[in-house]
Amino acid sequence: MTGVWKVGTVTAVHAETPTARSLQVEIPDWPGNLAGQHLDLRLTAPDGYTATRSYSIASAGPGTLVQLAVDKLPDGEVSPYLVDEVRVGDELELRGPLGGWFVWRPEQPEPVQLIAGGSGVVPLVAMIRAHEAAGSTTRFRLLYSVRTPADVFFAEELESLQKTSTNLEITWVYTRQTPEGWPTPAGRVTREILAESTIPASDTPTVFVCGPTSFVEAVADILVDLGHPAERVKTERFGGA
Amino acid sequence: MAVISRGFLGRKRERRDDLPPGQYLTEDFPVLSAGPTPRIDTAEWSFAVQTESELHQWNWQQLHDLGPEDIATDIHCVTRWSKLGTSWRGVSLDKIFETVKTNYHFVMASSYGGYTTNLPLEDLLGGKAWIATEFDGAPLDPEHGGPARLLVPHLYFWKSAKWVHGLRMLPKDEPGFWEQNGYNMYGDPWREQRYW
Repeated sequence: MTGVWKVGTVTAVHAETPTARSLQVEIPDWPGNLAGQHLDLRLTAPDGYTATRSYSIASAGPGTLVQLAVDKLPDGEVSPYLVDEVRVGDELELRGPLGGWFVWRPEQPEPVQLIAGGSGVVPLVAMIRAHEAAGSTTRFRLLYSVRTPADVFFAEELESLQKTSTNLEITWVYTRQTPEGWPTPAGRVTREILAESTIPASDTPTVFVCGPTSFVEAVADILVDLGHPAERVKTERFGGA
Repeated sequence: MAVISRGFLGRKRERRDDLPPGQYLTEDFPVLSAGPTPRIDTAEWSFAVQTESELHQWNWQQLHDLGPEDIATDIHCVTRWSKLGTSWRGVSLDKIFETVKTNYHFVMASSYGGYTTNLPLEDLLGGKAWIATEFDGAPLDPEHGGPARLLVPHLYFWKSAKWVHGLRMLPKDEPGFWEQNGYNMYGDPWREQRYW
């Protein structure tokens, strides 16, 4: 049941970037989840005070082992705890899976364009993993915008998939600092980049865009302008406007 | 029985009676939308109420002719942020419904861009709901639902449909967009009616 709090145990933690980390949580009552769904995570202080936040799930499928990846917000209440404090063996309370819109199902036949800004890549990684796990031959493309090479989530996995997967293509955009020898200077995602490095509207892809509000607003506007029907552009935003 | 989170103390806090359970305060104004932001010119904008027998319509000027009012209210998003003491300007739904006759008790609000959300009619009447066109003294930004959004602040904010375009009267309650995608049919923040 989605509405019931479940207890999970942290089984692994991994530093993803200087400010983010991924957590593996074993949740015996977890019913599995679709790629792109999120969950609520609740912390309880000794005096009974609770704080709850929603996090995208990086894993997908029927298992009870769930992976989250959390970026520490400077003024955050829950994210600093998850990034700096939590360790293997700790228990967390979770509720979900939640959300039925920003999801990819392996039976979807159309090509898929994923566009991530920063930690917005998390639910899109779940889709990439589900796509790989299902052996789906539909075309997947990821455009991933990060500040610097050190800010890439799941860097090894994505770089390895980029080399081995026949149905996944990844384009990297660095907004502040590029790797050495990178052919283009650092800069934001532009209309030209979207026109050249994403699946064109004429191929009728479903497009998933996830990232900070300003990033998603800018990208979604350009996509509509490039001819993508608004109903095929699914967005998930975080932060204020 | 809640699990105590080792080493978690939480923020310094005072008990607040104005914050629904499970919510936290934000000074920000987060944006939650399922797709691209529609851009609607007020010259093209219209609002309609479809009843069992009639279609009522207002353009931008006709809406304003009904007499907008200032609204000070708290808002609560299902994603757990609350913003207290926000100021809006908009037209009360009571004014819209002055000329509307219907025997139906439920409403499906629909938006430019295709978003829908369902509400009981009684939640739109009695000074509880508005068509809002200004936030903080300025025209409502498109990201936040401009030029006009529904404002039903006593329910979770997904009920306050952005880019509102019309209301359809229904004989029985039917799920709208998020309601088909896992969210509660009613959405009372004080009873934490978040999900199915």
